[in-house]
Amino acid sequence: MISTQAILNSDRLALARLLTRVENDSPEGRTALIELFPHTGRAHLIGVTGAPGTGKSSLVNQLALHFRKTEDKRVAIVAVDPSSPFTGGAVLGDRVRMRDLSGDPGVFIRSMASRGSLGGLAQATANIVQVFDAAGFDIIIVETVGAGQSEVDIARLAHTTLVVEAPGLGDDIQAIKAGILEIADILVVNKADRPGVENTEKALKSMLELAHPTARVFKHHGTYMNVSMPEPSADARLWIPPIQRTVATEGRGIPELAQAIARHVEHLRSSGDWTLRERTRLEVEMEALIRDTLMTRFREDIPPQRYEEVLEKVVQRNISPWEAVRRLLNGRLE
Amino acid sequence: MTDKRIRVLVAKPGLDGHDRGAKVVARALRDAGMEVIYTGLRQTPEMIAEAALQEDVDVVGLSILSGAHMALTPRVLELLKSNGQTDVKVFIGGIIPDEDLSRLKEMGVTGVYGPGASTEDIVRDIRKAMAG
Repeated sequence: MISTQAILNSDRLALARLLTRVENDSPEGRTALIELFPHTGRAHLIGVTGAPGTGKSSLVNQLALHFRKTEDKRVAIVAVDPSSPFTGGAVLGDRVRMRDLSGDPGVFIRSMASRGSLGGLAQATANIVQVFDAAGFDIIIVETVGAGQSEVDIARLAHTTLVVEAPGLGDDIQAIKAGILEIADILVVNKADRPGVENTEKALKSMLELAHPTARVFKHHGTYMNVSMPEPSADARLWIPPIQRTVATEGRGIPELAQAIARHVEHLRSSGDWTLRERTRLEVEMEALIRDTLMTRFREDIPPQRYEEVLEKVVQRNISPWEAVRRLLNGRLE
Repeated sequence: MTDKRIRVLVAKPGLDGHDRGAKVVARALRDAGMEVIYTGLRQTPEMIAEAALQEDVDVVGLSILSGAHMALTPRVLELLKSNGQTDVKVFIGGIIPDEDLSRLKEMGVTGVYGPGASTEDIVRDIRKAMAG
């Protein structure tokens, strides 16, 4: 049994072992989550997502170094990589890019396999983050799988979401597709020493201008007419994602990126969005738990052969899935 | 509900740059359904022990082709122990002369694999060590 006190005292072995229990969703892990929950809610959660090969791990490495050196904050990193859908095995390689952080007791890196979950995070990622939060880490960086266009789960989990792009990874139509770019609080153009960086930045900028109101100039009866943005005070809640250029392998642009992150935190605090995001996140978590619990309870109540019978009828196309649900829930479809 | 998977750290301590073997083993273990944390080249024993702790692995696999195994292995074992990870099994792959085998086993190494070893054997031995 791992004591909650050991976690609060940042005992690293106890922490590592509890993370495994929580990842495996063991009863002991659940008990610890209940006990640790009152100690959560202090950390700043930063999500890092983007296509494979854009340099997410290198960027996380540099950001963590920066937070350690200049702000003396304790940093936890959760790096998610894909599991094989066939064997369930995984090669988790994000640590290869994070070797600069080894030997620093103020940093804790944990690799996670996605274990069949879609959306860029593993099922247990939110719980793992809670454990780090309770253990007193000031900043928790979550690096997603990096499958590309639909990893929006991270935006629900993190306070600040960085979407990492790199030159030469697709034309401007990629930038106007819905999904991943819309979740960005900060857009990072990594590998900014490569040719094509201006085009990438331009495409992102035009996408942002479509999505967010900015000051515009119209020509009206020969004279220019300014249609200005609402006053900042009138709409302080508006955050326009900045575009930051970085070269993560050399650490270029990292202090500026950290400043942008700090500005975003300030914005979240002053606009009330911090509380709003926390609320949404906890609501989503609670709903998922309710769903899982009800499902488990339902499966426990129903005899397996009854379930199979009804399923077989659906497979034979004798009844529709809707009718199956009605029968299984004793006629309560609504 | 619980989903326990064998977690393995594959690391290359020392200064030789030949990581083909380590990558082949990492892939074979993945295909056997294990979660492999791959840390890359030129790791110090301290870096390996730290990663093993943070990742709470069940197994540490060391790939050593430099001939420094008699210096690096005891250091890794010692650090794992002082971190409290006494239950972690250590496997070694690489160029290991026969006369060192018994001494490595005495130190607490669970398995040693030289050139030509089959990945099936490694998978089987890890599973056996985890079960027992």
